[in-house]
Amino acid sequence: MIKVWIRDLLMGVRFAVTGGRPGWTRTLLTGTGVGLGVAVLLLAASVPSAIHAGDVRDAARQYQYTEDARPTDTSVVVGHVFTEYRGKVVGGMLLQPDGDPEKTVTPPGINRVPGKGEIYVSPKLKRMLDGGDGELLAERFGNAKVIGTIGPDGLSGPADVRFYLGTDTLTAEEDGTRTELFGFATADNDPLPPSLLVLVIVMVVVLLLPIAVFIATAVRFGSEGRDRRLAALRLVGADSAMTHRMAAGEAVTGATFGLLFGGLFFTAGRLLVERFEVFGYSVYSADVVPTGWLAALILLLVPASAVMVTLLAMRKVAISPLGVAREGTDRGRRLWWRLVVLIVGAVSLGFFGPSMRGGDQVNEWGIAGGVLLTLVGVTLLLPWAVERVVGRMRGGPLSWQLATRRLQLNSGLAARAVSGVTVAVAGAVALQMLYSSVELRDRQETGQDPSRATMAASHYDIDAPEALDWIERIREVKGVTEANGFLVADLVNERTKPDDDGWRHAHRVKIADCDTLRLLVRTDGCRDGDVFFVPDPEEEEGPSPVRPGDRFDLRADQNAEAKQPTPLWWTVPKDMRAASAIANPMGELSRGLYVTPGAIDVKEIRHTWLEAMLTTDPANRDTVEHVRNLAPVTDRGFQTYELSMTTNSDEFNGIRNALMIGAVVILLLIGASMIVSTIEQLRERKRQLSVLVAFGTKRSTLGMSVLWQTAIPVVLGLVIATGGGIGLGVLLLRMVDESATDWLAFVPLVGAGLLMIALVTLASLPSLWRMMRPDGLRTE
Amino acid sequence: MTSSTTGGAGALLTATALRKTYGSTSALDGAHFSINPGEIVAVMGPSGSGKSTLLHCLAGIVTPDEGTVHYRGHELSAMSDAERSALRRGDFGFVFQFGQLVPELTCVENVALPLRLTGVDRRSAEAKAVEWMERLEVDTVRHKRPGQVSGGQGQRVAIARALVASPRVLFADEPTGALDSLNGERVMELLTEAARETRAAVVLVTHESRVAAYSDREVVVRDGKARDLAGMAGAA
Amino acid sequence: MSISHTLLGLLEAGPRHGYDLKRAFDERFGHDRPLHYGQVYSTMSRLLKNGLVEVDGIEAGDGPERKRYAITDAGITDVGNWLGTPEKPEPYLQSTLYTKVVLALLTGRDAAELLDTQRAEHLRMMRELTRRKTGGDLADQLICDHALFHLEADLRWLELAAARLDKLAREVGA
Repeated sequence: MIKVWIRDLLMGVRFAVTGGRPGWTRTLLTGTGVGLGVAVLLLAASVPSAIHAGDVRDAARQYQYTEDARPTDTSVVVGHVFTEYRGKVVGGMLLQPDGDPEKTVTPPGINRVPGKGEIYVSPKLKRMLDGGDGELLAERFGNAKVIGTIGPDGLSGPADVRFYLGTDTLTAEEDGTRTELFGFATADNDPLPPSLLVLVIVMVVVLLLPIAVFIATAVRFGSEGRDRRLAALRLVGADSAMTHRMAAGEAVTGATFGLLFGGLFFTAGRLLVERFEVFGYSVYSADVVPTGWLAALILLLVPASAVMVTLLAMRKVAISPLGVAREGTDRGRRLWWRLVVLIVGAVSLGFFGPSMRGGDQVNEWGIAGGVLLTLVGVTLLLPWAVERVVGRMRGGPLSWQLATRRLQLNSGLAARAVSGVTVAVAGAVALQMLYSSVELRDRQETGQDPSRATMAASHYDIDAPEALDWIERIREVKGVTEANGFLVADLVNERTKPDDDGWRHAHRVKIADCDTLRLLVRTDGCRDGDVFFVPDPEEEEGPSPVRPGDRFDLRADQNAEAKQPTPLWWTVPKDMRAASAIANPMGELSRGLYVTPGAIDVKEIRHTWLEAMLTTDPANRDTVEHVRNLAPVTDRGFQTYELSMTTNSDEFNGIRNALMIGAVVILLLIGASMIVSTIEQLRERKRQLSVLVAFGTKRSTLGMSVLWQTAIPVVLGLVIATGGGIGLGVLLLRMVDESATDWLAFVPLVGAGLLMIALVTLASLPSLWRMMRPDGLRTE
Repeated sequence: MTSSTTGGAGALLTATALRKTYGSTSALDGAHFSINPGEIVAVMGPSGSGKSTLLHCLAGIVTPDEGTVHYRGHELSAMSDAERSALRRGDFGFVFQFGQLVPELTCVENVALPLRLTGVDRRSAEAKAVEWMERLEVDTVRHKRPGQVSGGQGQRVAIARALVASPRVLFADEPTGALDSLNGERVMELLTEAARETRAAVVLVTHESRVAAYSDREVVVRDGKARDLAGMAGAA
Repeated sequence: MSISHTLLGLLEAGPRHGYDLKRAFDERFGHDRPLHYGQVYSTMSRLLKNGLVEVDGIEAGDGPERKRYAITDAGITDVGNWLGTPEKPEPYLQSTLYTKVVLALLTGRDAAELLDTQRAEHLRMMRELTRRKTGGDLADQLICDHALFHLEADLRWLELAAARLDKLAREVGA
């Protein structure tokens, strides 16, 4: 029994590899198709390990903190610094050895501590420094000498922008930390917020489902030829079960080739992986290793599903000794069970999603299953719809008639090819809607107003004359059109009692001239010497409201238990007026005391810092960088940030681009398989095509019929995908408690689909022209 | 080997010194041919003798390597592909041995096809098609697909299709080749009858003498050369 | 089958004795019915009388069998006419046609031409029968079909012979 089985399977294997040129072509096509799918699956299976590898290295470069560490021969004082350069965060560490630089411990990736004025940079940062405007960035490092690049073991990925800068100005007590050891065990990542988690789940399902569909399609490449061959075998005595086993053997062979090719594609693809950067994340090729059990799953499931798909497909085909008969066209497809799948999917999405408000718990499997079922349900509608719509088509021009009649005869074939398109587009539309809403929400939350100021800068720990000087320097930067600065101080009201921890809550006092004040608070008019107060309605624990006559100690330490200097009192003037809150350009609501310089002696305040709001010339993109260059990275008191309503837009654009690229790649894959099946179909029609040519049929007529033949099912698929995608998008949005904003998310995808129709048609035309040659008429 | 009918002034379609090679095999090697309006000429000869190639050249489907084909004073090889296609649409009809009907279209749609190619609207094209199907006694299968009808019916559908646009020349390449003798005879009777009624000339490629017997004249193709047998007979 | 034309044709290849003539005929055409010597003798004397052959020489010894015959110009013309005229299509024609083809080959005439002429004649007959059939009743049709099938068989034979002329020429040594 077993022996017979093995014999039949091996027979199938032999057909797959020794079937002459057509046999080989079929096996290669299947192998390539499945291989592409497998490569994507392997890549997806590598994502966890790649992320983990980055995390591990990131943890390895963190320093360990011990309280009251003494300087030793190997200890080093470190300080985290970062700056931004053209939208990229450039992070790094200042290093200052306590003893002999040669013996001092170093973070991974560098072999000695850089001296003052020396810097190690990551390869990516080195490229930025060596690039066109590198001086602009180098200036910020005080033009430190690059003495080497950080090795891969000290970077999270090839695109990591990082540096280690040597210094001698750090102190462990104030602005640095002394350590003798780098490296931490990785902590568990914070769980993603539910909306993001849903996003990721949907993304994985949406991107992998079409791959599965594609693999299933690839397994069936050229199955008509195989069926004919099996029919010939039945003629010489093979029974039905034997033909099934041989077909299974062939399918396994194709799938095995697919795994092999997939392995090759994956190996080639992971070499390219270092060139890509998503969300500022990048991975080394060496990090891209499929997770063991996922790889094993792929290894098992792909051949198994190849056999399943083959056997399922053969269920509808009767292979008799006299030929192949396809059934199913007369019976008509039923709608109800397709709808059941769709409804079950939709309902489970409602059921497993987080409850409308609160509840961070998300059932990942439930959501994934729901999305899967919904997408599959949408896709299952396609064969039914194609059959219904095409079945009703009558008339039209000849090319249309040829196409519709062909589709009527075998609507399943067309629907199968297009189902991948439907899944991909429906999923991508849903995702796009989800993204757009989440993106919009995050944008709204920033509350910043770039119309009043495009950039904010602050300098910590600065006194009044210095602050004025800074404002002046900022104004002088090329491209800065306007700059307003104000001083901020935390002052303690005489009446404020220390809390249980001995801490006296301070009032935040902003000292600004009348021009600047207008950006911060709404007053009934302002003259130098005025004082305004904006009460904080939400404050409960904080300091009590300020009343005229209250006294503030300009020198007090908020820590009541610390040694207090001699108080210097400032009294709130009698004519202090109330003002109403507005949002300043940074998106903060005004609160507390607003004092004009004439009403207080700012020089006497113990501790102040500068906040500046600037407007820059939008034409001069580097203005921001010039402002940042006002202080080197070592000056950690100086910070800048760009104001924008869309802080996250870069990231979201990244996601959107990734999504689009993914969808387009899938469409291309499906397009390729459609080209293959169209050409195969044309080849079978060679004789009829030649006869049509003999009758004087124009090329354009036949070309158009190929176009319609592709276009009708694809357009139907796109229509269903758009409807289904929007429906799924709305469901997902309800799940994360958002409302739909991007109703037009489908437009670019539908455009890509239409482009695909054109591509498939164009790619099929050369072989159509070839088939139209009269040799098809020759019988001798 | 010229005779009174070859290349005469009244000839509808004339071929002179045709040469055509496929790769290294020579299909035609200096073949001459001529047919008058309304004439039925059988082209006979063994397999591989170049009969079909001669037909393809005459119909402008294939351009000969050398030699000329004249149809009503126009030289075919001087025409563009589009012009030749238009000629085939308007003036020529075709019947082949097998596999010529478009499997997706119903029989009546197949018959209507040449009319639709010339721009006739669907309704009137199909009405005309039904007339021709009645004439060829296949109107009962009009809504069936070619795969669902018998070989003889399919061939009659093909003849109806070839004649529906009232061609001046009907090219028939082994029209009964796939049929049994009874069906073949009936198909030939219907074909010649219809052709004579519409005054269509017929180039009838066949290797069966009983089919050739329906013709007015016989041409034998041997080794790529065509020999006109007219004028040889009846000398007894 | 015309024995006189056949013998005359054999003579066209060169003068022969009456006995040689009989042997040549038997070898090529007389598969199951060898020629009587007397038949050769009487045929020769008739041909001699008609001036189609002449006596080329007599060898020493007695008896008519010692005469050597040669073909005359009139004889050659007669053979040519005979070969060039298609036979009336009728059943069991092949032995005559075969003889004619072989003689054409032996005498260096165009055998293909001969076959084509015969073929045209056959087809003319078939056309006639086909026409009669299309217009006739069932009995006519059946009778015509019978004849047509026989003619078709002959025509097939003609085609086959035409295709094998080269081989045949080699075999008869022409």
